[in-house]
Amino acid sequence: MIIAQQKPVKDIAAMISECKKVLLVGCAGCVTVCLSGGEKETEVLASSLRIMRKMEDKPLETVTYTATRQCDPEYVAMIDNYTKDVDAIISLACGVGVQYLAERFTDKWVVPALDTKFIGGSTVHGNWEEKCGLCGECILHRTGGICPIIRCSKSILNGPCGGSQYGKCEVSKDVDCAWQLIYDRMKALGKLDKLMEFHPPKDWSKSRDGGPRKAIREDVMID
Amino acid sequence: MQYAPSVRIIEMPCSGTIDHRVLLQTFEDGADGVFVAGCMEGDCHFLKGNFRAKKRVRQVKAILDEIGFGGDRLDFFNLSAAQGQRFAEIVKTMTDRVMELGPNPLKLKNAKKEGGAA
Ligand code: SF4
Ligand code: SF4
Repeated sequence: MIIAQQKPVKDIAAMISECKKVLLVGCAGCVTVCLSGGEKETEVLASSLRIMRKMEDKPLETVTYTATRQCDPEYVAMIDNYTKDVDAIISLACGVGVQYLAERFTDKWVVPALDTKFIGGSTVHGNWEEKCGLCGECILHRTGGICPIIRCSKSILNGPCGGSQYGKCEVSKDVDCAWQLIYDRMKALGKLDKLMEFHPPKDWSKSRDGGPRKAIREDVMID
Repeated sequence: MQYAPSVRIIEMPCSGTIDHRVLLQTFEDGADGVFVAGCMEGDCHFLKGNFRAKKRVRQVKAILDEIGFGGDRLDFFNLSAAQGQRFAEIVKTMTDRVMELGPNPLKLKNAKKEGGAA
């Protein structure tokens, strides 16, 4: 899932300092799961902003709504009725959601409440870790299910660098050396020979190249 | 056991059911101070409810500080149902603290707007 974290309330308040009424839109997708932009966080932010503004003697009216997802036009369309008389829309989705709202509500000031951080998952409740760098051509079958692109601090694709020490990465003793993990796992699987295979350089044109990427499935298109 | 009459008690099935939204709402509704009383550590019927409540209170205190309202108006205490005296002490601690901090600033703004005495 996409992991995001809320911006400081003061920063969000500054974005809407001129507004009298705002709509806060949560997202029931990724940001609900990573506890940064779901229904609850939306209410908490609305309350925080109201308190803050009342203290400044500039009361703020808030409306809240949580969309099933902000990254699908049909769910964004369901927000229409809530937007009519608001001066701004605060999105508590990832950067994708913010853009979908800005695209649909062209005459509204749409602002992000979250900083979109990475894609990953949780280790324990309340702790999320980055796992994938969205490289566009997955090579996990060659690396024991451990992503060297994002979990190796240098994204090295041919084994550890000289900074690997006792299984830890040189950037921090709290970071496992991805290549140590890859080696250990491949060894346990009896597949160390796979690491000796030659591969041409990774095709980065499938990653950040040629502008925004697209994925198309004509078979599921309705029109 | 005697304690300040200004205190209003809201019963919850377990302190662990306390929610950030409820705590913020109390202040929006004009509470001058709020404390959450959870059971003694190790005594929670649901094992960790009181620890969770404590963490949530800490988080809401941080939010209140961040937005300039002041987290001092909110606190968490552990006490058992048998500690009436301790309850009275905590009420005194909180009422003294609130007396020092003054009324909820949001209430002052309301009063000013309605032309009442601030
Ligand atoms: S808008 Fe972002 S956070 Fe919400 S479901 Fe879509 S990708 Fe996830
Ligand atoms: S190899 Fe690429 S697609 Fe696979 S997990 Fe790593 S970054 Fe993501």
